[in-house]
Amino acid sequence: MTRRRAFTVAVQGLGGVAGAAIVLPAVGFAVAPIFHRGKERWEAVGAVDDFVEDTYRQVVFTETEGIGDAGKTTAYLRKGSRQLGESPKQIVAVSNRCAHLGCPVRFVEAAGNFICPCHGGVYDFQGKRIGGPPVRPLDQFQTRIRNGQVEVGPRYSVTNQLDPVRARDPGEFTGGVWEYLYPPRPDTFPPPSG
Amino acid sequence: MKLDSLIPAPLRRPAKPGQGNGARGRAPADLKTAPPERPSDAQRVGDRAKQAPADVLAWVDQRTAASGFLTGMLYRKVPKGTNWFYTLGSATLFAFIVQAVTGVFLAMFYTPSTTQAYASISHINNDVFLGQFVHGMHKWGSSVMVILVFLHMGRTFFFGAYKYPRELNWVIGVVLLILTMTMAFTGYLLPFDQRSFWASVVGININGTGPILGPYLSDFLRAGPELGATTLSRFYAIHMLLVPGAIIALIGAHLYLVVKLGTTAPPWLRAEKPRAATPASQLEAGAGGDGRG
Repeated sequence: MTRRRAFTVAVQGLGGVAGAAIVLPAVGFAVAPIFHRGKERWEAVGAVDDFVEDTYRQVVFTETEGIGDAGKTTAYLRKGSRQLGESPKQIVAVSNRCAHLGCPVRFVEAAGNFICPCHGGVYDFQGKRIGGPPVRPLDQFQTRIRNGQVEVGPRYSVTNQLDPVRARDPGEFTGGVWEYLYPPRPDTFPPPSG
Repeated sequence: MKLDSLIPAPLRRPAKPGQGNGARGRAPADLKTAPPERPSDAQRVGDRAKQAPADVLAWVDQRTAASGFLTGMLYRKVPKGTNWFYTLGSATLFAFIVQAVTGVFLAMFYTPSTTQAYASISHINNDVFLGQFVHGMHKWGSSVMVILVFLHMGRTFFFGAYKYPRELNWVIGVVLLILTMTMAFTGYLLPFDQRSFWASVVGININGTGPILGPYLSDFLRAGPELGATTLSRFYAIHMLLVPGAIIALIGAHLYLVVKLGTTAPPWLRAEKPRAATPASQLEAGAGGDGRG
């Protein structure tokens, strides 16, 4: 290697280092939120006796802090139903976020179904898809009872058999091979066990 | 030509081949026969004043040598048959300039914060002088730009103008199309009303349906698991800084290639046959003998 060539390579290398020193932190800065999981958030939404097992009650609570009303979300809550093989001590909280593209679904009491106004997704009483374009059942929220108050916690998604998995965005399938095609994101919370 | 005298010699239209009288920078013929009378002082000052703009341009040109490039670009040849369809690219460029100018002025009043964004847009629409007009230009102009991009793309496709040697310009154009859609998508969230919010939720979720990388792309766009305050700042930065810079750079490359490669004739025009150069024996040879095989 000639002296001239050695200097050329060295200067190009230095230029690369200088470029990386600018670009890498900037990219890291933009990408970091993907890997950041916020604090688990629990919010009391009513007394246990406010909820029954044969219909839902709508509650509104804050899912994202700092953006006012836009950070609120809606869930439909009921007690576990023996007929459906659930424990009556358990509170079921179904998210109103449509599993198609995230529009707000509504529980229609007369039909006993959740119906999405955007593209006609329909879900049964448990939130399983029975019609329209959604790709999986409605998301649910973790619940717990503290001092007679029902508290709603982190969101999780379910498979078609209602097995809990980590929260997925609307439009993403769950269960089976889909768990690999739509990998769980590091900023979501682990699903409840069992 | 009075106007011509104001243009510095290097910037004047080049003479057509075989036309000797328009040589640039040459003294008019009458100068050689009749020597002018000595002008008065006032006349000389007036002449100098008239000469000033040309002098300034000549001063710049001496130091940049830009005139060769400029005359080459401004007086370039275009093929026969060039018609109104060829203006769609310029129309798109004009739409982009409108978006850029109105965007700069909107930024003077807009606040990219989740609690104040909607209020600042209401303020622009209801209180600021001509605010509704400038906002409306920007809002409707975005649709105009998307439509023009597609019409321009259609013209290029149906006229076959994407073929050799212009493939790279087609590729640059497709990147510009994607960037234009990115602008439309990120700009939609900024007013932060119900429509903006839910349209962005749906748009981000559509991005998320791409396998494997989709979920991470959603998180990147939202800067987290849910649409929040940082989403708005992020969209604002992409809409204001990142993509416009890329669009301006790529428009430069796009135009450079247009000038460098020239435009295509419409497909219904055939190249003229150089009759004089065709040997007489081939003129009578019937089909296949006309030199076009």
